Parts: sequence; structure tokens; C-alpha cells
Amino acid sequence: MKLDPKIPSGPLQQKWERYRLEMKLVNPANKRKFDVIVVGSGLAGASAAASLAELGYNVKCFCFHDSPRRAHSIAAQGGINAAKNYQNDGDSIYRLFYDTIKGGDFRAREANVYRLAQVSVNIIDQCVAQGVPFAREYGGALANRSFGGAQVSRTFYARGQTGQQLLIGAYQALQRQVGLGRCQMLPMTEMLDLVVIDGQARGIVTRNLATGEIASHAADAVVLATGGYGNVFYLSTNAKTCNVTATFRAFKRGAAFANPCYTQIHPTCIPVSGDYQSKLTLMSESLRNDGRVWVPKSKEDTRPPNQIPEADRDYYLERKYPSYGNLAPRDIASRAAKEVCDEGRGVGPGGKGVYLDFAHAIGRLGEKEIRERYGNLFEMYERITGEDGYKTPMRIYPAVHYTMGGTWVDYNLMSTLDGLFVIGEANFSDHGANRLGASALMQGLADGYFVLPNTLGNYFASSKQSKISHSHSEFRKTEDEVKARLQRLLSIRGRRTVNSFHRELGKLMWDKCGMARNEKGLSEALQRIPALRQEFWENVNVLGEGGELNQSLEHAGRLADFLEFAELLCLDALTRAESCGGHFREEFQTEDGEALRSDERFAFVSAWEYQGPDTRPVLHKEPLVYEEVKMTQRSYK
Amino acid sequence: MNVTLRVWRQKNSKTPGRFVEYQAKNIIPDMSFLEMLDVVNEDLIARGEEPIAFDSDCREGICGKCSAVVNGVPHGGHRGTTVCQLHMRHFKDGDRIVIEPWRATAFPVIKDLVVDRSAFDRIIQASGFISVSTGQAPEANSISIPRVVAERAMDAAACIGCGACVAACKNASAMLFVAAKNAHLGLLPQGQAERYRRAFTLVKAMDEAGFGSCTNTNSCEAVCPKEISVEFIARLNRDYAVALLRGSGREAASSAD
Amino acid sequence: MTSFSALYDSTLGKKYIMALTGAGLFGFVVVHMLGNLQLFLGPEPLNRYAVFLKSKPGLLWGARLGLLLLVFLHILTAVQLTLRNRAARPEKYDRSKPYRASYASRTLFLGGLALFAFVVYHLMHFTVGTVDPSYLKLRDAANRHDVYRMTILGFSHPGVSAFYIACMAVLCLHLSHGVGSAFQSIGFKNKQTAVWIDRVSKILGVVVFLGNSSMPLAVLAGILR
Repeated sequence: MKLDPKIPSGPLQQKWERYRLEMKLVNPANKRKFDVIVVGSGLAGASAAASLAELGYNVKCFCFHDSPRRAHSIAAQGGINAAKNYQNDGDSIYRLFYDTIKGGDFRAREANVYRLAQVSVNIIDQCVAQGVPFAREYGGALANRSFGGAQVSRTFYARGQTGQQLLIGAYQALQRQVGLGRCQMLPMTEMLDLVVIDGQARGIVTRNLATGEIASHAADAVVLATGGYGNVFYLSTNAKTCNVTATFRAFKRGAAFANPCYTQIHPTCIPVSGDYQSKLTLMSESLRNDGRVWVPKSKEDTRPPNQIPEADRDYYLERKYPSYGNLAPRDIASRAAKEVCDEGRGVGPGGKGVYLDFAHAIGRLGEKEIRERYGNLFEMYERITGEDGYKTPMRIYPAVHYTMGGTWVDYNLMSTLDGLFVIGEANFSDHGANRLGASALMQGLADGYFVLPNTLGNYFASSKQSKISHSHSEFRKTEDEVKARLQRLLSIRGRRTVNSFHRELGKLMWDKCGMARNEKGLSEALQRIPALRQEFWENVNVLGEGGELNQSLEHAGRLADFLEFAELLCLDALTRAESCGGHFREEFQTEDGEALRSDERFAFVSAWEYQGPDTRPVLHKEPLVYEEVKMTQRSYK
Repeated sequence: MNVTLRVWRQKNSKTPGRFVEYQAKNIIPDMSFLEMLDVVNEDLIARGEEPIAFDSDCREGICGKCSAVVNGVPHGGHRGTTVCQLHMRHFKDGDRIVIEPWRATAFPVIKDLVVDRSAFDRIIQASGFISVSTGQAPEANSISIPRVVAERAMDAAACIGCGACVAACKNASAMLFVAAKNAHLGLLPQGQAERYRRAFTLVKAMDEAGFGSCTNTNSCEAVCPKEISVEFIARLNRDYAVALLRGSGREAASSAD
Repeated sequence: MTSFSALYDSTLGKKYIMALTGAGLFGFVVVHMLGNLQLFLGPEPLNRYAVFLKSKPGLLWGARLGLLLLVFLHILTAVQLTLRNRAARPEKYDRSKPYRASYASRTLFLGGLALFAFVVYHLMHFTVGTVDPSYLKLRDAANRHDVYRMTILGFSHPGVSAFYIACMAVLCLHLSHGVGSAFQSIGFKNKQTAVWIDRVSKILGVVVFLGNSSMPLAVLAGILR
């Protein structure tokens, strides 16, 4: 396998323009002869499927939900970045590019990130035209806010529901194409395998979740927009059904998987309240603008928070990071919370929580003002915990939120498999080792609306595809494999539920490969995962039949892939003997406990190639060449 | 605490369903309603019985996938709360809780509590959009939108498409859903070009999907987890009347391709 | 599809028909009540009013046919919508009471059917005279049809009066939801006006109830004789 990022030549600022000038085009009359499969209907998938159908390609879009509008992009709260510089505060495409590269701890590919910053401005135009009701100033102009510690106000937002509104925009564009008959939408249809013929991705095998029917779909190109793998940790802010199956199946069929160890932990989530916990809920980071984070100074202190005097409180973020204080970046705030809880000073059930206290802000601004700023978040907190955040400090704890790693793609967003394109959170390309707030929505839409429609055309125009139908023997073979696997899951009839395995895997991953990792823990995880996987295949109990809606069976199939993928994640974390962004190795930290990067040894993208079952995958390295920016160490002191 | 559940079990859309009683034991008040169902399901699997199929995904009240009628009320009847955000602390030890699927001809049951809501997608496919293709957009700030207008559009756009409005309505009418989409797009300047044609086509698609008519009982507004107002229904009624007067129906029929 | 067929084929168009015919019928109810309230002024004004109404047979029958058309459309459309609504929800919930919907809104159709039955009786009672043919033969001093006496006689049966009052209660319920609902159906409502329209709607319902019920009550109480 050779990793060729196919970065266009020329100065950074002109690469994308040059690419579009030099790319080959498909004759408009010929576009309908090309079949494209888009798997996933979130921001990336829906925007890609809609845009490709508008261009005239013959598009089939798949999602496993009852409606494309349910995709998890919908849950993004904060906003979307764009280098519009509407606030005249010194923003520019270059600044957004630089902030993203720096935020990603210099582990992202320069050319991709610059292109992302360039098209960010078009995204806002497109979304407004579609009717996304972004927040406005009284004068009628678009409003912006600063987000995630950025020094400029470049974030566009629609209340706390930006992801929802952007997704609805893309969903409506997609539904318009469906209504016009230019795109076929297949809801409740889950991709279970990728079909590769002569080294090219030529289709997928799916299961209809309502009827259990296994079917094949052939195409000239396959686009995966299937999101991230945060649910390998069981508890995360991801939706319950988010999974790695599509990209992991592609990995097993030959598409390299990049940087799986780059996982982002979000510091302000509502803590776990018991073993039954099914998922974690994120509260907007904006809460840290006015809330103060603390724990008791002594671990023996069991008094209710209101009875702990100031002198016995440790405002540890303000203590450790005097200039950023409670606004320290996500990874730093998260690790600091873990540290104090590991010391035994955590609060709430299980000791896994820290206080986020608004008493001072209420004293300073009044409860009315706080209610105006964060009313909906306080309501959400009360709905879940039954506690009133105005009267008693909220409890928060970090949780897995986003995964920067994903299928390796080149500048065209094509994987190492010809004809397999991967977009949105599912690919690895733009966020390096850490994603900045309000950048995920930007990347998903950039890929779907503006990048893929260009690069996919270039692929069709410059390579040769023979026509293949879904009756090709390779499809039959893959279908049989898929059926056999489902049948095997249904026939084990062991003693443990799917959920109990998922919980166990999640706990193991969180303990050994969560916020902070070390060689010993990772090696231990690498020992225990195969054992757990083996037990799963011998002792899982999946009831019901395959020929109808069977949620346990769906979950079992997804978990089976997580049980293999978890090993890849730990292996990547073990191999990357440095700390960067969301990947923190305890052995590699500065004297102050900050992440210590090793640019000499690790300034590369790790792309793993599958070698067969129970065989260690092979690591390929794509060197990260920085032509424009100089690598520096992040400091938030 | 312990509660008794009376749950609708239905194998598929063709087989008639029935209520089955289950005991949910050792429920912790901090559990969400769906976590309680998770626990019940784990017990059922351990006993060799098929778990109760129910829809949910984000479990934070935004994806609109969760759908259960709890004691006769879609989402359980707490203001602005989806059933995934409903917590067991609102119930008492010994309570008897009836759990049913959304019931409507347009939402056939797939299994147990899971229903098929693709009728909503078909409505959006008909005209729940602004016809603008990628690349056609003008510079974003060239369209000035007064803040109040943007906020009202956002009030309507907050709809999560869960279908509780249909489930609550005695006529299984989808008016609140359709009216919300009509208002979201029709309030904004970008949506003016297609405003009346959109209203006309949305209503046509809604009627074809087999939903009932609106008799203004306002049950929909009362259960809507996003608290969408029935005033948008009046707006749809108004827009549709204008559409009839303008002959938007003929226009819609002739431009359909 | 043309606008006219859409008016009839769509649920929204049908609701316009409901609202507009309902408005017409409501107008009649109010005028009819005001005319009848002349009962309290004595036989002379009432009997003169009755002659005036019948003085132009063309107009009278025009109005009667118009009313009949309104009633027909109102009921036909209601039946069609109700059948459609029942088909949209064939399987009921374990608990049948819809959430937060007022009693009036839930009973609109059944109340409407009851009112239709009342109207039929009312016509048989005072217009066609099926109930007691002698009512139509009553003459006053000026040899006009003695409507005043007919009304007093008609309402002096406690059972009949009780039936009338009960039906007016149903009408009150029907109007208290229906009037406001008509404004909503034709789109003449928003957040600010809704409160007032609904309030006025309820008040009008009560006014019609009190106005119409005052007549049988006054007869029973011996105030009118």
C-alpha cells in the first residue's frame, strides 16, 4: 500500500483553485450514467447526496434510521465556524486555517485544512439560502459569537440547535432531490459490508432493518459518511446507534484507517449517575464563561457544596492556569478534572464529577441575567439530574465527544481503495489530533457541498469503470458472508446480553485508553480485548429472528466490529509514543503536566492496513509536511 | 422502586398486537424512562423473552426518534420533554404505567413501540424546502432578516419531526408538523418565491398520506416537546387560502416534473 | 388541480367550508335570537315582525333555501371530515381522552348531530306544526298569526322547555369552540389575538345560551303569559 495524499502543487492559497482548474469534468449528459452510493445522511452524507443529485449523478442514499433527519449531526449545539470576518475583528481564511492547524496540535494535513477554511464562507451562504434561521442582529445582519477560546467571533449559530438547523437544511435539499426522482433514499437500511471488485469499491451489501432483507447495491463509486466511533467507549455523547461498522468493514476490505487514537473528550457533560447509564449528555461549553470549576480541597470532605467554605475549596483550573482559568481548552480542562477525581476529590455518585458553580456569577450579574444566558441549559440539567443549578452547583465530568481519526483519505477525499470516498467525521483529514469547537459542522458540510462534488467528478472523468451489476459473483459472495455472520450471532444463544459486553468494552477502553493513556494500561487492554471478543462470540445472547426488526441483532453486529476496532485504537495509541491533542500519554508530558509532542519522531499520519483476522495490521506513515506554518508548542498558561 | 408496565407488544404490522404486563423492579429515580426500559429488556433477555422494541437514538431530546405514549400522553406529558428525557423520579413506587406506540393509519407499527414515520419524509419531499441548489447562493449578508423574523422562523424550525402531534391528536392530524415547516420557510425572505405553492403542495401531500384533519383541539401544542405554537396552523390556513385564490394549485401541477 | 376542486378535496378547503358555513349559521342564530327576544316586548311587536318576515315570499324562501344549503354543506362536510378522522386513527389508545383538548372541542361533531335533531324538532314544533297543528291556526286581534301565543303555549310544557334549554346548552358548547375555531381555520388568528378570539367565542356561546333560554324560562316562571 502506498499513501499518496495527491496534494496539488503550487502555493497553499492556490492549491484548491488550481485543482479545480485542472480537474477533468464529466459531460453533463453523461453524469446520469454514473451511479453513486452515499452511506449516511448526516451533514456530510445529506449534503453530498443532494449536491451530487443536483449535478445529475444517479444517487442512492442509505441511512439506518427511519428518516435521514435523525442523523446525529442533529445534536450539535454550539455553532459553525466560517472565515467571513463580519465582525471586522481581524479574521481571515488564513487565520481560520492557522487556528485549525494549531488547535489540531500540528497533526493535520495543511492543504486540506486550508481548503476547509476557504470553502467555509460558501457554506454560510448556502445554508442561509436554504433557510437556516441563523441568529441575527437587530439590524438584520448575521450574528456571530466567539467559541471554544477563539480570539475572533466567527461562529454562526441558531440558538443551541445549530447542528439541527444545518442538518434540516441539508435534509431538505436531499428530500427535494428525492421528490424530483433524482436520488433514491433508502431509510432503515444498514450497510453491512463493502464490495470490492478488481481493487475498486463497487458497491455495498445492506440489511433492511424492518424486514431483515439482505440486498446488494452496485455503483461506480461509494461514499461513506457514517460518522465517528465514539461509542467504542460505550458511554459517550454520541447517539446510541452511532457505530464504526461502515468504515471498519471498509478497513477490512483494504481502506487504511488513520489515527484512531485521536479521540476528543469534552469537559462539560452531566456525570454518570449509575450503572444503568445509557449515554452521556453534553452541556454547552459556554457554561464555562461564567461558571467556576472546583472540588473540595480534602478528599474526606463530604459536606454538601453550599456548606463548604471558600477556604476549603480548590478552584483548580484557576490555580493551575491563571490566565485562561475556567476557559482552558477542552483537553486540558478534561484532564484536570480526571486528575482531581483520581486523587479522590471528585464529587457526586461514584466520585466522578466536579462542581461547576454559578454562585459568584449570580452574585455578580443576578439570577435573571444568568437565566437569560443559560436558561435552557439549566433546564436541561434539572430535567436529567433533578437538581436546581441556580441553588446548588452543577456537577460535570468529561465524556467522549468526537473522534478525529477515521478512514485515511487523500486530497480528493478518496481512501486507499479506488472509488471509495469518505467524508465528514468518518474520515481523518482536517482536525489533526484535536478538533476546535464549531469546526465539525463546518467540515461535514465542506466535504459534502463543495469538495466531494468536484473531486468525485474528477475521479469519474479520469479513471475507467467497467459496468458492473449487483448480480456479479462478488456481491453473492459478500452477501453470503453477511448472512453467515448474522446467522452466527443469532445461533450462539449464550448467557450474556449484547449490552453487557458493550458496557464492559466501554469501561475497559475508558479506563485504559480514555483521557490519559500509558504503555502499561494499553498493553493490558490489548490483552483483554481479544479475550472479551472471544467470550462475545461464544456467550452472547441474541434473541429473535433475522427476518424482522431486531434491535439486539443490529447492536450485536455493531458491537462485534467495535470489539475488533478497539484493538486497533489501542494499538495506535500505544504506537504513538508522544502526547498530542486528544491523545495524552502519561509518559510524555512536560514538567507542568502538559502534552509533550515529539515532532521529530511523530509528525506523520498513522494509517493502518488490515492484514487478516487476528493479525497485527501494518502501519504506514504519511509524513506531515508543513510548508506554511511552523510547529509550536501550545501553551494556555 | 417497583412499577408495573403494561406494554403494547406487536410482532409486525400484519399481526395484531396486545398488551403484556411486566414488573420493573429496583428502578432508581435518576434513571430516564428509556433506561428503565433498557433494564426491563435486560431482564427479558435473561429470561429468554424477546426484548421490547422501541425507538431512541440521541437520548437528549433532539433527534426526534424516541416515541412512546405513556399513560395516554405522547412523551409522557412533561412540558418540553421527549420521552428519552423523562425521568423515573416523576413516578411513584407501585405505579402502573401504560406504554403504547404512536397510533395513526399514517404511522403503521413496525414492531412493538416502533412505528414507520416515513409519511413525514414524503411531505417534506413534496415541497418542504427552498429550491436552491449548491452553488446558487448569494452572499449571506445580502439577505437582511429582522431579528424577530429570524426568531419566529426558528420557533417553527425547532420541530424535531417526532410525530407526537399526530399521536396526540384525536384525528391523527399532522397539521402542526406541516404548519411548522410552512412557517419556518414561509416566514423567511428566502422562502417567499415558493411560499404559496409550498403551502398548497404540503397540504396535498399531507392529505395523501392519510392524516386526519385539524379540529383545533390544541392537543398537539400541549404535547410538542419543542412547544411549537398552533398559531403556525392559522398561518398555514391563511397561506393555503391565498394559494387557492392565486391558483397556486394549477401552477404546482404544471411545474411538477 | 384547480382551486375549486382543491377547496373541496383538501382537508383545509373543507375546513374553510366548515368555517364559512358555520359563520353564516351563527349569524342566523344571532339574528333569529334577537328577533325572538321581541317576545319580551309583548304580542304586538312579535306578531308584526312575523308578518314582516313572511311579507316577501321570494325573499323568505330564498333565505330558507340559503340556510338549508348552509346546513347541508356544514353537515355534509363535517360527516366527511369525521369519517376521514376516524379512519386516520382506527386503533384507540388505552386511555381515550385526548390530552389537554377541551370538552367542547372533543364533542363538536356529536354536539352538531344533536343540534341537527333539535333543529328538525324545532321546525316541526313552530314552523310546520307537526307537533301540534293547532299552533298554526292561532290568530291575534288583528287576525295575524299569533306567534306570541304559540310560543307561550309551546314553552308551557316543562318537558319541552327543558329540552330546549338542554339543546341551547349543547349549542353554547358548540359555539364556544366553533366560533374561535372558525377564525383559526380561515387563518385569522395569531398569538396575540388568539386569547381574545377564544374568550369572545366562549362569551358569545354563553350569550346565545342565555338569550335563547331566557324565553322558555320566563314562560315557565310565569313572567310571560
